[in-house]
This record gives sequence, C-alpha cells and structure tokens, in this order.
Amino acid sequence: MKEIVLAKVGEIVLKGLNRRQFEDQLLKNIRNCLKSLGSVEVKAAQSTISIVPQDEFIDLDEVCERISRIFGIATYSRAAVCDEKSLESVLKTAPEYLAEQLESAKTFKVEAKRSDKKFPFKSPEICRETGGKILQSFPHLKVDVHNPDLVVNVEIRDFGAYIHGKALRGAGGIPVGTGGNAAILISGGIDSPVAAYMMAKRGIRLTAIHFASPPYTSERAEQKVVKLLKKVARYSGNMNMYTVPFTEIQETIRKKCPEDYFTIIMRRLMMKISERIARDKKCQALITGESLGQVASQTIGAIACTDAAANMPVFRPLIGMDKQEIIDISYKIDTFETSIEPYEDCCTVFTPKHPRTKPVLERIEDAEAKGEFDEMIERALQNLKLTFINRED
Amino acid sequence: MHYLDNSATTRVSEAAAKKALELMTENFGNPSSLYSFGMRAEDELNKARSVIAKALSVSEEEIFFTSGGTEGNNLAVLGAVQALRRRGNKIVTTAVEHSSVYETASYLEGQGFEVVRIRPDKSGNFAPEDFRNAIDEKTILVSVMAVNNEIGTVLPVEKLRKYIEFKGSPAILHSDCVQAFGKIPLRLGKLGVDIATISGHKIHAPKGVGAVYIRKGLRIKPIYFGGEQEKKLRPGTEAMPLIAAFGTAAGELDIPKSYTKAKELKAYLLQKLSELDGVVINSPENAVPYILNFSPVGIRSETMLHFLAQREIYVSSGSACAKGKPSHVLEAMSLDRGVADSAIRVSFCSDNTTEDIDALVSALRDGMNTLVKRKQI
Repeated sequence: MKEIVLAKVGEIVLKGLNRRQFEDQLLKNIRNCLKSLGSVEVKAAQSTISIVPQDEFIDLDEVCERISRIFGIATYSRAAVCDEKSLESVLKTAPEYLAEQLESAKTFKVEAKRSDKKFPFKSPEICRETGGKILQSFPHLKVDVHNPDLVVNVEIRDFGAYIHGKALRGAGGIPVGTGGNAAILISGGIDSPVAAYMMAKRGIRLTAIHFASPPYTSERAEQKVVKLLKKVARYSGNMNMYTVPFTEIQETIRKKCPEDYFTIIMRRLMMKISERIARDKKCQALITGESLGQVASQTIGAIACTDAAANMPVFRPLIGMDKQEIIDISYKIDTFETSIEPYEDCCTVFTPKHPRTKPVLERIEDAEAKGEFDEMIERALQNLKLTFINRED
Repeated sequence: MHYLDNSATTRVSEAAAKKALELMTENFGNPSSLYSFGMRAEDELNKARSVIAKALSVSEEEIFFTSGGTEGNNLAVLGAVQALRRRGNKIVTTAVEHSSVYETASYLEGQGFEVVRIRPDKSGNFAPEDFRNAIDEKTILVSVMAVNNEIGTVLPVEKLRKYIEFKGSPAILHSDCVQAFGKIPLRLGKLGVDIATISGHKIHAPKGVGAVYIRKGLRIKPIYFGGEQEKKLRPGTEAMPLIAAFGTAAGELDIPKSYTKAKELKAYLLQKLSELDGVVINSPENAVPYILNFSPVGIRSETMLHFLAQREIYVSSGSACAKGKPSHVLEAMSLDRGVADSAIRVSFCSDNTTEDIDALVSALRDGMNTLVKRKQI
C-alpha cells in the first residue's frame, strides 16, 4: 500500500499576508531536511502539506522522525493513498490499512474531509459508508462519536484519497528562517542547547559562538559542543559555529581583576565579543541560556551588569524556567546525556570562591577597564575558528 | 612525538604486528577446526602459550588466554570467590588496585561479602603486617597487585602465601601482574600466587589480549559459558591474531636490558626535575624505575596534560583509566589535595631516550612559568 505523510501547518495559518512567505520557507525547510533520504515530493494545498516519497526504498519511519522535528508543523500523520479517488477504493483501503489499530480498539468513529467538491459523495455519506464497512470487517467494534478509542480519518483532496489514523503532535513553532538571525552563546552545559532550540522554534536561524581556553579546556569539551549542536540542528537546521580563543583573556582576568568579579567580567567580555561576531554575521540578537537565580552569576544584579555590556537585544528564553523544566526539555531534544559528560569548559575554569551576587556596575566597569582588554578582544576576533555543523553525521 | 605513557599502553612491535597480520590473512584458520588448516592455527596458539609460560616460569597448561587485564582480573576475583563461597565470605585486597579488581570487589561487597582494603602509608608503601592481621580463616580471596600502575610501588606479594598458611586460611592468592610482567622478573611459582593476571598491550602486543596463570590443581569457576576452548575456563574462538602477536612480543622481552634502561632514564628525569622549583615527587624511592609520579604543584593535571600534548608530549594524569575522576590511589596515600590534583605520571619503555625527557622537562618548565595556577587548590 502506498504511504505518504500529511502534515498540518500551525500558527502560520494566522499570519495573513505573510502566509505565503512562511509557507514557502516551511516547504523549503522540509525539502532540505528530507533531501538526504532520497527523492521526495513536497506540496502544499489548503494548509496541509503532503510529503510523497518518489521511490520505494525511502524509509518512511525516518521521514516521520525528521518531520516531527520541523518547526511550523502542528500535527502530522502517515496516510495510505487509495488506489483511486473513489468511494469503493476508500472502503477497501480503510479497514486494511488500519487493521491493527481497529483490532485492538473497542470504539471508533470516522471523520471525513472533502476538499475536492467535485467528489460525488458528501462527507456525512462518506462517514456512514466507511463506518459501515468497518463494522462489517470488525464486528467487535462499536461506534462512539464522543470519545472513541480510534478516529479513522478520510481525506478527499485534489490529488487523491487518503486514509489515516491518529495524527501525531509536530514540533510546533514557526518555520526556521522566518524569524531572522541570532547568535547563540553555547557552552557544553544543559541550558544553552535548550535555549538554542527554543529560539529556533520561533523561526530564528542560528549562528553558534563557543569560547575555548586551551590548555585549561580540552578538545573534548569542544567536541561535546559540536555534538550538542548537531542535536539542535535536527530542529534548527545546519549552522556555523565560531570558536573564540579565550585563553589570553581568561588568564588576564585571573591576573588583573578582583577574584569576586571573575565570572561577571568574563561574561561581559563574552557578550562584547559575541556582539561583534553577531553584527559581522548579520545577526540582530544574542541568545543565552541564562536563567534567573540558578547560579551566583545569574542573579538579577549580575545579569544587569552582563547585559549592560551588550548593545543589541539578548534573548534569554530560560529566564523564567525552573531547572527541572529545562532538564525536561533537554531530555526531549536528546541533549541531556551529552550535556552531562564531564569535560570542563570556560565557565568553570577559574571560579571565584565568593562570587559577587549584587555587583555594582561602575565598580565592575572600572575593574574591567584596568584589564585593558580591547587589544585582546581584537586578537581573539582575528583568530576565530569556523566549524560547520551539519545535522547529518 | 615524545610518548611517555607506556603504562597506559605501548606501541605494538614490528614483529608482533607482522605476526598479527599473518594470522589474519595467511594462517587464518580456527584452531578448533578438525582439518589441518585449523591445526596450523592451533600450532601458533600452542607456541604463544609456551613462550608466555616460559616468561613466567610456569607450565603451559597453567596459562589461559583472555581479552586483557580487565577480563583476567574479573575471572580471577569472581572465579575464585565462586569456587570458595562455602568456605568463607571475606576478601582481603588493597585500596590501590586497578579498577577491574577494585570495582569487582565492590560488586561482591554488594552481594554480601566482607571486603577489607589495606591502605599504604604516605610514601605509597605497604606494611606486610597489615595483611597478616587482616587475613583469617574466613578469608577466601587475597588479591594484591604486584606493581601499582599509578605510582610504581612494589607490593609485598611474596610474603602473602606464608600469612595465608599461618592463619589457617583457605584463601586463594591472586596478583594483578599487569604492570610487572615484562618489567621485573616474575617467577610465579616462587611468588606463591595461585592466580596472576597479565596484559598484552603493556608489552608491545596489541590491545585486546591478555592471559591468566592458574596454578595446576586449582579449580575456579568460569565467568563465560559456551565452548570448549581454554579447558572451558574461557570459551570463545581464540583471538589468534592477537594471541600470536602476544606470544611474539613476549618472546622479545629482555628484562635486564629494559630494567637498566629504565633506571637510567628515571635517574636522569629525577635530576632534571630537581632543577625545577615546585615539583613534588610522589613515587617512593623503591618504586619500579619504569614509572614516576610527580606533581608540578598548583597546576591542574588536565591542564598540564593538554599543554604537553600541544607539544606532542604524552603522559598521564593520575590514572589513564579515569577521565576526570580523582585517583583512588593517590587518595589512599592521603596525599595533599593540591598535590593529588596536579599529579602527572611518566612511564618509560626501552624506546624512550634522554631527548624525550629533555623535551618533557623543557615543556614543564614553560608550563609552570606561564600557566596560571589555581588559587583554589
């Protein structure tokens, strides 16, 4: 039986005049995402997108797996294509395709959608006939129109007739590329990959920025970040990662700045450098995984001091979330296991014994000025390393 | 490059590599096969067994091939304990064993066995009386390594047989000889052990092969079940390419030569280290000359490791096996935390030269001058 995937678009239905743009971006994203699996036809019609494999060796499970991670899709389902667009064919296909689910269900109902108004039977009739045929083949079933175990969907569309069971939840969000560009400051921790995922969900195309301090941090820490970004890329699409050589700056902070300001000054310099990279790569915002109160450097005062170093919007999607909520998402997007691998990154290399939780901006700025970091910042920006993050292994 | 991490693993010798290739591509039959092509492989199996038995001054029928030190230690500890379960439930071992003995003992602890872990003194050496006091009639296994992999100390294994007999204990005596084999003379019969573990990749054979010595007459329980190979003690098609290479490498051993070379290198290294400020030596004087553990205090091991690796100088921090975890060996010695956190292990083989040491010390000096020390530690 020929199978395809039908996907229903989400929020973009509400966008009015921009709708065409959003839809085009979504189709483009789907095509790019499925390209490596083989030849697939992707078409949109009446806020439903049909994904039709063109050759029989395409792994539809893999197709569905990838579709479940594309932003802009509200729900999706595997559907059987009826041999012909006729009621006869519908009646033959439905009980066959959904046999397994019908066997194990106790109650069912049929829902029909008819977008091709030329089809000779109206929706209620289609429901009645199909329901009847199913009761014939599965006599143990009863019809329940309020709360059935299984809903049998029949869709009569322009290009054919389709049968499918329950639709699965898609990734939600809006298509990547419709929200502009932003740069994510990524460490190997649990939070920043989750922040990246959440902003990509709102349509943002990501550029990643990572700070490395060899020999204090190891190559393995950087590899871990690449691994994490690859996982995010399954949702956000491929991206560029820029690694900033941060050793000189960290050693200088350590040597010239007061111990309880280490972390804040480090984060401020990271913001400054990131903003420069962001502007250069045509990004309009920065993204961080900061959450209020989680660690000493992320109290409201500390965040205010860090924020003052940036002159572009900084999105902090985790700011109001509990650690457990963040961990739950990290499990969902499959970054948790990788995040907890123990390779030290910049943020933990020189931690002060007693970090300032209520820092005063002027004092921080003064201490920072004494370090004379401008030249070092330029040097770091001259020596960025580019790694292309590809969702395919 | 300057490879100074030979206790972690060694380069396979040319002859051993060639032998492995031969067993992969020419003489590739299964030793258990009935036809003569398989028998040719069996010949190689016997040859390897014979060479290794000779190197340990024991007989061929007492050598059983395994996949390496970890498997060997598991077989020794679990097999011995299973065999003597009815005679008692106490295990005497040390706090500095390799994790394949240490963790297996912890597993047995969870199963209800009593495990006593003798600790060394601050110098890393052991007081033999501590073992004598711990062994009793309920002890069914005494497992003590011959040479410690992290600091190179030599443990008093030769005294243990006497204590076991003196205390009327039924205990099986096992010694992890992975770091001793091929480095110091080992006459297992004389040593008095019932079981000993050795590993291939520490003596220029490939990784994935090792052997256990089990004294003739001793019956222990296998931990794998399946075929008839290795007298059913370690079933599974024999890893001929690896085993043959192991035999070849064992045949190339020249302990007097290696020992002398290592002594010279260690003396040279100690002399050069004494010219640096702020280096603490952790290995005691009577440790084997192949291993030297020291701390450039104030700089985290991992940081120095990466620094040295950037210059193609390869050493270990604490133990090669534990990524990022503090060493249980250094902890057992009650070393100062700051010293333990910055510990570096250098380990020689006969291919090393004074140039390797010069490069190491020069890089250490640079590292100690430029790397920022952590105030924390």
